[in-house]
Amino acid sequence: MNSMATISIEDLSVVRGGREVLHRLDLEIEPGSVTGLLGPSGSGKSTLIRAIVGVQIVARGRVTVLGLAAGSAALRRRVGYVTQAPAVYDDLTIRENLEYFARIVGVGHDRVEAVIDRVGLRGQRDQVAATGSGGERARLSLATALLHEPEVLVLDEPTVGLDPVLRRDLWAFFRELADGGSTLLVSSHVMDEAALCQQLILIRDGDVLAVETPDELREQTGERDLDAAFLHLIEGHA
Amino acid sequence: MNAGPTGATALRVLRQLRRDPRTVALIVVVPCVLIFLVDQLFVDQPQVFQQVGVPLLGLFPLISMFLVTSITMLRERTGGTLERLLTLPLAKLDILLGYAIAFAAFATLQAVVVSLVGFGLLDLEVVNPTVLVIALAVANAILGMALGLFLSAFARTEFQAVQFMPAFILPQILLCGLLVPRDEMAEWLQVVSALMPFTYAYDALSRAADDPTLGARFWFDVVVVAGVTLAALALGAATLRRRTP
Repeated sequence: MNSMATISIEDLSVVRGGREVLHRLDLEIEPGSVTGLLGPSGSGKSTLIRAIVGVQIVARGRVTVLGLAAGSAALRRRVGYVTQAPAVYDDLTIRENLEYFARIVGVGHDRVEAVIDRVGLRGQRDQVAATGSGGERARLSLATALLHEPEVLVLDEPTVGLDPVLRRDLWAFFRELADGGSTLLVSSHVMDEAALCQQLILIRDGDVLAVETPDELREQTGERDLDAAFLHLIEGHA
Repeated sequence: MNAGPTGATALRVLRQLRRDPRTVALIVVVPCVLIFLVDQLFVDQPQVFQQVGVPLLGLFPLISMFLVTSITMLRERTGGTLERLLTLPLAKLDILLGYAIAFAAFATLQAVVVSLVGFGLLDLEVVNPTVLVIALAVANAILGMALGLFLSAFARTEFQAVQFMPAFILPQILLCGLLVPRDEMAEWLQVVSALMPFTYAYDALSRAADDPTLGARFWFDVVVVAGVTLAALALGAATLRRRTP
């Protein structure tokens, strides 16, 4: 195993509801990169992400993040997790939500203001979260995970339901974070987002189909379009 | 206020309540109206009002906080915020204590307002200092919070959580001794009643109202209420799992 990997997964199986949903996966994610986790709905993306942040009971195998067992107490200050559905308090304002999470992770008021600007919610900061649009709530959820400047940021379908402009801005932002040294794992089922990742993990039905760069994927399948390349891969394995 | 995650959680829960002034008003005003109704109901038998008024006053916070906590906690569980919290540097105890502090503060407000109505306007009388009744009411609120927190783990929807009220609270009101003295109940009902925390909460309030010596039984009641609270908190903590299937 490469000890330099930020996230390392060995022989991971997960059983949910009596069914094995991840089958003995082995994966490594390099530091300072944006890695896309792609696959159709129900392929096991969320389960894999839950295993990496340490909230998933696993049946076998080992997940290490920054050299520590996933879910270790020491990782709680170093890993950020953005759930698929925005995990925010709907009856608090955007600022109140962030102030609460800021005090849990032990950062000050200046960080709250900084992340509000970072996700572009300054104008809405005193608005109750429930009254915000889907995009605003998603950005708030992302903002809460940025407060403690995590070394590893794991995002479960952060761009679902967002408009194209916002999606583009978010991906540019993910790239910026990675350039600053953070490691990002972003799941998506939209293949056009794959082009923006440095590395791709393609999964289907709980198995890893491929781990490669977008260019390698195009080359290997002979398809220029990533959507077509992914279909090519899936059909090749059918 | 800067007491770390526990204080932050308490403040957050209070802010959530503040955002819902209608619920706050209902929790504070409804017991006042009910106690007034009981007073009017027994307008010709003031001794009955004296008998049931204080226990009612002290049991309202238990019921309100049970309901509020089970719904709030259920929302945390189903809304994903609990899972998010448990990936952060926050101890389960921070969550439990944060809730306890917030609801104790809120229950104090409720108990003080109902006491002002009961003792101030309706001539309710107690042989012990009224502050003892308020203290019991707050202890009962924390008991209600602890029970609600634990039972919320067994509800999947808010509908189910609300149904815990008639399923879990009503039998205890029927059997605690408020409607029929316990020693006049069928023996098997006395046994069931002895297993219910409300019975001890009721008994303590009733003694606070008319037993100037309080006596050993009063302190036994207090110990049982405190013990059940701690047990429910421990069970509640066990339902806050960092890892789930």
